[in-house]
Amino acid sequence: MASDAELRLRERLSKLKSINLLGGARLSGELERLQKQLDRITAEPTEDDIWRSVELARHQDRPYTLDYVERLFDDWVELHGDRGRGDDAAIISGLGRFQGRTVVVVGHQKGRDVKERAKRNFGMAYPEGYRKAMRVMKLADRFRFPLLTLVDTPGAYPGVAAEQHGQGGAIAASQATMLRLGIPIVSVVIGEGGSGGAIAIAVGDRVLMSENAIYSVISPEGCAAILWRDASEAKKAAAAFKPDAAHCLELGVIDGIVPEPPGGAHTDHDEAARLLGGAVQEALDELEALPVDELTRRRRARFRALGVFA
Amino acid sequence: MAEPRIDVQVETPDAAPKDEKQHPNTCPACHSHYRNDELEAALWVCAQCGHHFPMRARSRIASLADDGSFAEEAAELRSDDPLDFFDLRPYGERLAEAEVNTGLGEAIVIGRAAVDGAPCELAVMDFAFMGGSMGSAVGEKFARACESAAEHGLPLISVSASGGARMQEGILALMQLPKTIVAVADLHDAGSPYVSVLAHPTTGGVLASFASLGDVLVAEPGALMSFAGPRVVQQTTREKLPDDFGRAEANLRFGHVDAIVPRPELKPYLARLLRLFANGK
Repeated sequence: MASDAELRLRERLSKLKSINLLGGARLSGELERLQKQLDRITAEPTEDDIWRSVELARHQDRPYTLDYVERLFDDWVELHGDRGRGDDAAIISGLGRFQGRTVVVVGHQKGRDVKERAKRNFGMAYPEGYRKAMRVMKLADRFRFPLLTLVDTPGAYPGVAAEQHGQGGAIAASQATMLRLGIPIVSVVIGEGGSGGAIAIAVGDRVLMSENAIYSVISPEGCAAILWRDASEAKKAAAAFKPDAAHCLELGVIDGIVPEPPGGAHTDHDEAARLLGGAVQEALDELEALPVDELTRRRRARFRALGVFA
Repeated sequence: MAEPRIDVQVETPDAAPKDEKQHPNTCPACHSHYRNDELEAALWVCAQCGHHFPMRARSRIASLADDGSFAEEAAELRSDDPLDFFDLRPYGERLAEAEVNTGLGEAIVIGRAAVDGAPCELAVMDFAFMGGSMGSAVGEKFARACESAAEHGLPLISVSASGGARMQEGILALMQLPKTIVAVADLHDAGSPYVSVLAHPTTGGVLASFASLGDVLVAEPGALMSFAGPRVVQQTTREKLPDDFGRAEANLRFGHVDAIVPRPELKPYLARLLRLFANGK
C-alpha cells in the first residue's frame, strides 16, 4: 500500500525525469554522488533545508569567481573597465585557457575581508559593471570564444549614482546582448543569484546551479519585509518562494545541479572547482557541437518558454 | 548586521506610496479634488497643476486607440500559482481579489489598435492589479503582443506601470525578464519598431527588461522610473536622495529617455512617431 508520501515522491520523480534531470551534472561517472543528489532532489526540501542553502550560499568562506578561475584557468588575463565611466570591481571579466581552449569569463566577485568587500561592493554591481560585461561578451563573440558566466550577487546595487547611470537599462541591455551572442554560453549560479543583478549575466544556453546556491527574485529578508511586514520572517519567506537548486530545476529555470563537496563548497575549494569544471566542460562539449543558428534559436526558445500560467 | 540587500523588484506590491488619509481623486501636489468623470474627461491629469494621476489600462487604451479600433488579444490568459505561494494570504486569493477589484484578468491588456489611423499593437499595464507586478501571465501576454505585432508587421507601443516582478511567483517571475527580452529581440528581427511609454511607476524587473528596450523611450511627467525604489535606496545606502530621485525629469537629464510627453499630447506624439517609422509606407 503506497503512502501519500510515496505517491508524491513517485509523481515528482516522473516529472523530474521528463525534464532532462541532471542535464549539466552528468559528471565523470560519479554514480554514487548522483544517486545522493537524486535522493536529495526527490525528497521535498523542508523549510530548514531551504534555509541551510540560503546560509551556505552566503557563507563567508564560499569559493567566489576568482577562486574558481584560479583553479580552472591557465594564462588568465583579467580585463578592466567599461570604456566609458569606470571599472566596477563587483564584476570581473577576462580571458583564460580552459581545457585547451580560450574561454571568456564574466562573473560577480565578492570580497573576502572587510577591505575587499568594500572594494567589491559585496558583489553588487553598478551599471558600469554590466557595461563592462557587455563589452567583454562582444569581444568573445567577435573571436568565437565560448562564454562562462558565474553568478554570485545579492543583487544590483541600489544607490543614487547607480540609478543616475541607468541601472535598469543596463540590466536589460546585458540580457539582450547575451541573447544575440553567436557563441556557446554556460552560466552557473555559484552562490547568491539575487534578482535582476543575477539574470543580467545569466542568459545562458545552459544554466546550472551549485548544489547549495540560491536563485531568487528577491532576498528572503526583502520578501519578508514586504509580505510579512517583518524582515525576521526571512526563513518563512524563503520556504514560500523556494530559491533552492532543487526547486529551480523542477521549475525548468536551470538545466542541472553542480554537486558540491560534502558539507558545502566552502569546505574544499579545490574539490568544488573540480566538480564545477567537470560540469562546465560537459556543457561546453554539448554546445560546441551545435551550429550557431541553432544555438541562438534554442537559447531564445529556452527563455521564451519559461513561466506557468492558466 | 545584515549585509545590504537589494530587493528592488517589488517595492510596492499592492499600492503606490501614498498618504492613507488622502482620497485617490485628490491631487497630491495641489490638493484639488475631482469627481471620477472630471478626471476621466481630463485624461486623469490635474487641471490646476498638471499632476498626472495613475491611469487605468482601459482608460489608457481609450485615450490612445481610435474609437472602436481596439481588438483585445489573449484576454482569457490568467496567472497560475506554481509555488502554492502563501504569505499572510494565499496568492490565489490575492489574484481573485485583484480581478474582482479591477475587472481585469491580469496586470496587462494587449491587442491591436489604430492610433490616428496608424495600425499598431498595444500592450498596456495597469498598476491597480497587484501593483502592476510581472508574473508569468504578464510576461506571456507581453511576449504575445510582440509576436502579434511581428506577425502582422506592426509597430508595438507599450505603456508600463509596474512595481516590478511578482514575488509570489518566485524565480519564475524573474525569468519573465529574459522572456520579454527574447520577445523584443524577435520583434526587432521581424523589422517592427517598438515605442515604450513609461508611466508612473515603472520600476524593478519591468524597467530592467522590456520597458527599457524600446527604440524610443517616452516618460510621463513625474513618473518614477528607477530600478530600486527610493525607500530601498534610502535604507540601504543612507544617502540623501535628490528631490527628483528616479523621476522622469532626472532620467531625461541623465540621458535615459528620449522625451517627457504630457498625457494630452501623447496620442499625437505617438502617431507622429508611427508615421515616421512607417517611412511613407
